Amino acid sequence: MLFYCFKRLLGMVPVFFGVTLLSFFIIQLAPGKPTDRLTDLNPRITPEARARLEQYYGLDKPIIIQYVAWLSRVVRFDFGTSFSSDARPVLEKIWDRSVPVLDRRLMVTFLINVISFVLIMIVAVPVGVLAAYRPHSWIDRITSVVVFVGFAAPKFWIALLLMMLFSVTLGWFPISGIKSLHYASLSETAQYLDRLRHLALPVFVSACGGIAGISRYLRASMLETLSSDFIVTARAKGLPESTVVFRHALRNALLPIITLLGLSVPGFVAGSVIFETIFGIPGMGQLSYQAIMMRDYPVIMGLLCITALLTMIGNLIADVCYAYSDPRIRMR
Amino acid sequence: MNETIHMILRNRLAVAGGGIVLLLCSVALCAPILAPYDCNAIDVTAILLPPSVHHPCGTDELGRDVFSRMLFGARISLAVGFVAVGIATVLGVLVGALAGYYGRWIDSVLMRWVDTMLCVPDIFLILTVIAFIGEGIVNVMAVIGATSWMGVARLVRAEFLSLKEREFVLAARAAGAGDARIIFLHILPNALGPVFVSAILGVASAVLLESALSFLGLGVQPPDPSWGNILMEGKDNIEIAWWLSVFPGLAILVTVLGYNMLGEGLEDILQPRFKNRRY
Amino acid sequence: MFFNIAPSALILLIIALCCGAQATENAPHNSAYGDAFVIGVIGEPSVLIPMLATDSASHDIASLIYSGLIKYDTDLRIIGDLAESWDISPDGLTIIFHLRKDVVWEDGTPFTADDVLYGFKTITDPSTPTAYAEEYKQVQSAEVLDAHTFRVTYRQPYAPALTSWGNMTVLPRHLLEGSSIQKSPLVRKAVGTGPFRLKEWVPGEKLTLVASPSYFDGRPYLDAYICRFIPDPATQFLELQAGTIDCMSLTPLQYSRQTNSSYFLQHFQKFTYPTFSYTYLAFNFLHPWFQDKRVRQAIAHAINRREIVDGVLLGLGEVATSPYVPHTWPYNPNVPEYVYDPQRAIQLLDEAGWHLRDNDGVRIRDGKRFEFTILTNMGNTLRLNTATIIQWRLAQVGIKVNIRVIEWSTLINEFIDKKRFEALLLGWSIGVDPDQYDIWHSSKTGTKELNFISYANTDVDRLLEAGRRTFDMAERKRIYGEFQKIIAEDVPYIFLYVPYALPIVHRRFQNIQPAPIGITYNIHRWYVPREMQRYRLIP
Repeated sequence: MLFYCFKRLLGMVPVFFGVTLLSFFIIQLAPGKPTDRLTDLNPRITPEARARLEQYYGLDKPIIIQYVAWLSRVVRFDFGTSFSSDARPVLEKIWDRSVPVLDRRLMVTFLINVISFVLIMIVAVPVGVLAAYRPHSWIDRITSVVVFVGFAAPKFWIALLLMMLFSVTLGWFPISGIKSLHYASLSETAQYLDRLRHLALPVFVSACGGIAGISRYLRASMLETLSSDFIVTARAKGLPESTVVFRHALRNALLPIITLLGLSVPGFVAGSVIFETIFGIPGMGQLSYQAIMMRDYPVIMGLLCITALLTMIGNLIADVCYAYSDPRIRMR
Repeated sequence: MNETIHMILRNRLAVAGGGIVLLLCSVALCAPILAPYDCNAIDVTAILLPPSVHHPCGTDELGRDVFSRMLFGARISLAVGFVAVGIATVLGVLVGALAGYYGRWIDSVLMRWVDTMLCVPDIFLILTVIAFIGEGIVNVMAVIGATSWMGVARLVRAEFLSLKEREFVLAARAAGAGDARIIFLHILPNALGPVFVSAILGVASAVLLESALSFLGLGVQPPDPSWGNILMEGKDNIEIAWWLSVFPGLAILVTVLGYNMLGEGLEDILQPRFKNRRY
Repeated sequence: MFFNIAPSALILLIIALCCGAQATENAPHNSAYGDAFVIGVIGEPSVLIPMLATDSASHDIASLIYSGLIKYDTDLRIIGDLAESWDISPDGLTIIFHLRKDVVWEDGTPFTADDVLYGFKTITDPSTPTAYAEEYKQVQSAEVLDAHTFRVTYRQPYAPALTSWGNMTVLPRHLLEGSSIQKSPLVRKAVGTGPFRLKEWVPGEKLTLVASPSYFDGRPYLDAYICRFIPDPATQFLELQAGTIDCMSLTPLQYSRQTNSSYFLQHFQKFTYPTFSYTYLAFNFLHPWFQDKRVRQAIAHAINRREIVDGVLLGLGEVATSPYVPHTWPYNPNVPEYVYDPQRAIQLLDEAGWHLRDNDGVRIRDGKRFEFTILTNMGNTLRLNTATIIQWRLAQVGIKVNIRVIEWSTLINEFIDKKRFEALLLGWSIGVDPDQYDIWHSSKTGTKELNFISYANTDVDRLLEAGRRTFDMAERKRIYGEFQKIIAEDVPYIFLYVPYALPIVHRRFQNIQPAPIGITYNIHRWYVPREMQRYRLIP
C-alpha cells in the first residue's frame, strides 16, 4: 500500500514539471513584442504594460533562463505582486490573512464545493442505486430524462432562472454575497445561519450538474455490477437483499465513481467563474474573472499554478482511496 | 453498410438526436434566408418588446429582432462547435495514435502531458489563455480546441493499444508498410467509431463552453450575435425581458440535447466494443 | 471637472429642470437622529484625496468627508462652507477669506488657515500628480494673515477664482506635513472636516462613513452613510427590491418600466433632473486619420443622436451639442449642427480620400481598411449600447468599428493616460463655472492631464485664456459662445447626450429637496422618523 502511494507520488513529479511548462508556455503567449511600432495606437497591450511584463517575467532573456527563473518561483510559491492598484502579493489575495478564515477566497470556494459535493453524494447515490435496481421502471425513466435534460442545459442559465425565482420572486434566499450587510451585529449562531442562507442557491445550482452526472454513472455502474457473477453467487448463498445490494454491489459500483470524483477535483479549488459572477461570491472564480478582465497577469498565473498543484494533490488522494478500496489496482 | 444504417435507425435515441442535429444544421445554414430581419438592424422604437407576431422571440435592448439574432447565433455556435471539435479531434488523434502505437517512453511522456492538461480545470485554463491572447471568436475556437483533446487522446490510445497486436497489422507490417501507413491507413479507420462519437459529444460541450464564454463577455464580441451573448443581455434585464433569457437558453438546451442523444445513441450501437467516455 | 463613470451621478451641479416642488424644510425632532443610508454604487473610489483622483466615485465620497472654502446654494449662488465670508478687492485680484472659527478636524485639532495654505502648496507642488493644478497656478501669492484669515492674490483677474476655492478641499496639515501626499495613509483613511467621517473601507465590498459629531453645521441626523460596491445596475436593482440598499441610480429602463408598480410607489421616491455632465465620442488627434476634419465631421453626420437619446436613454436625456449643458447661461444654441445626414457623411468621406471600398463594403485607402476601435468602460451598458448604435450607423457609411470594453482603472491608467486609443466613449462631469481650460487647452496634454486627445487650436487657447480674465458675465458669455462655435466646427469630440439623473431613494428618508445641484447637497439634513428607522446598530 505504502509502495503504491510512493509510486504515485513519484508519478506526480513529471506532471508537476508539466504544469510548470504549461504555465510557462502560456506566459509566452503574452501579446505584444518588443518590436511593435510605437505609433501603433491600438495594440492589445500597451508598450508600457508590455515592458512591465517583460521586466516581471524576464521575457527578453533566453528561454532557458526564463524557464529556470519561473520554475524557482513556482516552487517557492512566489507569484509576485498583483498588477492591480492595490499591489498586494498574489498569495495574499488568495489566502488573505487579514480577514477571518471563512472569508478567504480559497476557503469560500472550497466550502461551496465541499458542501455541494456532500449534497451530490447524498442525493445521487440513492437515486442511482434505485434507478439501477429497478431498471426501466417509471422512477428510472423519469430520473433519466431529468438527468439528461439537466446535463444539457447551460448551468448559468439555470442559475439565473433559479435566482429569479427564489431570490427575487419568492425572497427565500439572499441575492448575492456570502454574508449580509449587518453580519457583524448578529449572534454567532445567526452568523452561521446567515452564511448558510447565502450559500444555499450557489451550492444547489452547482450540485445539480454533479447529481445528474454521478447518478447516471452510478446507475450504469450498478447495472453492470448487479449482473456480474459474484452477485449471483451472493444471492445464491441466501444473503439478504440489502446486504447484496449495499455491501457487495454498491461497494464495487462506487469504484469508477471515485475516479470520476478525482476528475472533478479541479473544480473544487478553481471555483466556478460563472456562478461566482452571477451570485457575487468573493471566491477564486470571481478573483480569476477580475484578474482576467484587468489583465492582472501575476494573479492569473498564480491561480493557474495553485489550482493545478492542488488538483494534483486531490487526484493523488483520490487514487490512493481507489487503491485502498480495490486491491486489484495495488497488485498491478 | 445497409446493416449499419438499419441498426442506427432502430435506435430511437440516435434517430431523435440525429433529427435535431439535422434540423439545427440546416437552420444554421439557411439563416440568411430564414431570418426576417437583419440581425444587426437597430430599431429604437421597438426596444424590449415581448414576443409577438412581428417578433416571435421578442426584441432586445436595441430593438433588434431576437429570432433573427438567434438564427445567426446558431451559425456561430455551431461553427465554433465544429471547428473547436475539429481541432481537438485532430490533436487528440495524433497524440493518442502516437502514444498507443509506439508505446513505452513516447506513451509515458504523452500521457503525462495529458495528465498535466487535465490538472487544470477547463474553463479556467481557457479563460487564462484568453487573457493572454485576447477575446474573439477565432481565439475562442482555437482555445476550446486546444483544451479539449485529452479525452479523445485517451480513447484513441486505448483503441490503438488493443488494435496494434491484431493480425491485419502484423500482415501489413510483413508486407513492408511503414509506420505512418499502418497508423493512418490501417489502424485508424478501425478506431474511428469511438472517435466519431466523442466528436459529436464534443460539439455539445464546445457549444456550452462557447456560450459560457460569450456570457462572460469573453467570447463572441458584439454586435455579432451568439446565444451566450443574448443571455448576457437577458441577465441584465431579467425582470422585464424574460424572452431574452428563455429562448437562447432553450436553444442551447435543445442543441446540446440533440448532440448528446445522437452521440449516446451511436455509442449504444457501437457497444460493447466501446466503453470509455469523453471527459 | 472629473470623469463621470456613471451616466447619472448623484452629487453633481446642475440647473433647475427638475421635478418636485421646493418643499419647506421640516424641522425634525431630536428623535430623528439615527438610521443609516445605504447606497449602491458601481464605481469604487480609487483614492480619497480629491486632488489626486479624476473619477467621480472618489470625488463623491470625498465631498462628504472634506469641505472646501465655499460651496453652492440651491440656486447656484456661492455661499460659504469653511469660509464664513470673503472680501474681493475692487480690482478683483485679491480675495481675503474669513474662516469659521468653530471647525475642528476629526481628531479634535482645530482647523486653521495653515491647513488651507498647506492644501494650496500641495496642489501646486509639481511633484503632486494632480490634473487640477492649473487653477491654482494662477495664484501669485497665498498667505496666512492669522489663524482664521487667508489671503490670495492673483497675477491677473481670474474669473473662476472663487469657485476654485470650493473645489480645493482642505487637507489636515498636521497629519500630512513632511510626507509626500501620494504615500500618505490619508489616501485610504481620509480625515476631514465634513459632515461624515470614514469608519472603514473594505475594498471591493463597501465603504462606511459615520456622522461626525463635530461637524460645524450640526451633526447629521443620519448615523451612517454606507456605500456598497455592486458592479452592475441589475444586481443593484435586485438589492434595492430586497431592501438591502436604500438608494441607487436607475437606468432608463428601470426608471420607466420597472419602478411603477404599487410596491415601488409605496416604498420609494424617484427623482429626475438633467445632470451637469455629457457623454461624448472623442477622437485621438495623434491618429493620422482623425487629424482630417472632414473625417470627424463625416462621422458626426453619420450618427443619429436623437436615435441614441431615444433608444439608449429612452428619452430621459437631451442631445448634447456643446461642452455645456443646454439651458445653462454659457450654452450657445447657435453652433454648426450635425444633423443625421448619411449622404453628407459619404460625401465628406469620399472627399477625404476614402472613396474606395473592399468586398465587405468597408472603405479602403492606401491598402488600409477604415477600421478603428472605440474604447469604453466596463459596467456601463448605456455606453456599450451607444457604441453599438454608432457602430451600426458607421457600418452603413462604410466604416468598420470595433468596440472594446475595458475595466475602469485599467482604461484610465493604461490607455487614456498613455494616449493609446483611437476613439473613446466617455463622459465628463462639468462644473458650474464655464471655464474649461483643463480639457481643451493645448498645454494640458501631459500624462494624467485632461486634454488626452491632444487637441490644439490657437483660437480656442486664446478664448479660454480670455474667458478667465474677465468677471463680466456678458463678456464671458460672448467668449464662451465663440469657443463653442469653434469646437462645434472642429469636432474634436462628438457630443452625444446629456443624461438625466435618475436616483431612487427609499421613502423613509425625509427632507430630500431636489434642486439644481442635485439631491444630496443637504444630506446632513436628511432624517428618518424614529418609527421608520431600519438600522439601529451601525455595522
